[in-house]
Amino acid sequence: MKKTLFLRGISDGIPICLGYLSVAFAFGIFSVGSGLSIWESVLISVTNVTSAGQLAGVPIIASGGSLFEMAASQLVINLRYALMSISLSQKLDSSVTLPHRAFIAFVNTDEVFAIASAQEGRIGRTYLYGLILPPFLGWSFGTLLGAAAGDVLPSLLTSALGIAIYGMFIAIVTPQVKRSRAAALCITIAAGLSCLFRFLPVLSEVPSGFVIIVCAVISSAVLAFAAPLELAQEDEDA
Amino acid sequence: MHKPGFLLYLLVMAGVTYLIRMLPLVLVRKKLTNRYVLSFLHYIPYAVLSAMTVPACFYATGNIYSAVAGIGMAIVLAYRGKSLLIVAAGACVAVFFVELLLGVLVPVSA
Repeated sequence: MKKTLFLRGISDGIPICLGYLSVAFAFGIFSVGSGLSIWESVLISVTNVTSAGQLAGVPIIASGGSLFEMAASQLVINLRYALMSISLSQKLDSSVTLPHRAFIAFVNTDEVFAIASAQEGRIGRTYLYGLILPPFLGWSFGTLLGAAAGDVLPSLLTSALGIAIYGMFIAIVTPQVKRSRAAALCITIAAGLSCLFRFLPVLSEVPSGFVIIVCAVISSAVLAFAAPLELAQEDEDA
Repeated sequence: MHKPGFLLYLLVMAGVTYLIRMLPLVLVRKKLTNRYVLSFLHYIPYAVLSAMTVPACFYATGNIYSAVAGIGMAIVLAYRGKSLLIVAAGACVAVFFVELLLGVLVPVSA
C-alpha cells in the first residue's frame, strides 16, 4: 500500500520533472552567462527550487546588489508560495506531522502544488515524497547540464534556449488571461510598469529586484481592490 | 561598498524562499478569510511573472526578431492550452529557426 502510494507520487511527478529539466537547463545557461560558476548555479537550484525567484536572484548576485534587495525581491516574488502552503496545509492528512511539513515545504513549487491540490480528498506523506522527488532531481540535474553545456553548445542553441524560461512563464499566465478579465488587466498593468522602469531615465536605474516588487505589488493591490475575488471563486482557485 | 560573498547571497536567497514556504505550512491551520488579502495573494504570482517577462523576454535571445518569434509562438501554444513543456520547447524552436534564417540572409560580421 505504502509502496503503491509512493510509486503513484513518482509517476505524477515525472511530467513535472521533464518540464523542469528543460527550464532548469535554460536557467543554468542564464546563470553561467550572468557570470556565476557552474557549481554556484547548481547550489542555487538545489537550495531554492524555484524558477522566478532564481531568475531574479542571479542578476542581483552578478551585479553585487545588497542583501536587502535580495531578501526583499525573494519575499515578494515568492509570496505566492505562502498562499499555496496555506492551501496545502488544509489538504494534508494526519501522517504529515510537523517535521514532514517542514521538509515537504522545501519543494512546494507551483506545479507540485497544482498536482497535489488536484488529488481527491486528503493526501499523506508517502504520496507527497514520491511527488516531490522527480521534480527536485529534474531541477537540479537540468541546471547542472545547462550550466556545463552552455559553454559547449553553439551560440545558436543557447540563444534559442534563452527563451525557454519565458515560454514557461507565458504558459502559466496565458490561461489566466483567457479566464479572467481582471487577471488580464493586472498582467497588463504589471507589464506596462515594468516597461516604464526599463525605458524611462532615472527609473531605469532602479535595481531589477525592486522593479519586480514595485510592479507586482502595485498592480496586484489595484486589482485586489478593484476586482476582489468572490469567496466562492477563491475556494476554486486556491 | 564591499560586495557580499556568494554564500551569503545564497543563504539569504534560499532562507527567505524556504521560510515563505515552510512557515504557513507548519503554522497555519485555519483558513484565511480577508477577501482583499486573498485577492492580493491571488494576483501576485501573475503580476510577478508578467513584470519579469516584459520587457526582458525581448532581450533573451540573439536578436529582437527571433525573440518576438519565440514569444509569439509561446502565446499561440499557451492560448491553445498546451503544456508548459510544449510551450517552452515551441518558443525555443521558433527562435532557433528565425536565427538560422537571419544568419543565412544577413551574415553577422561579429
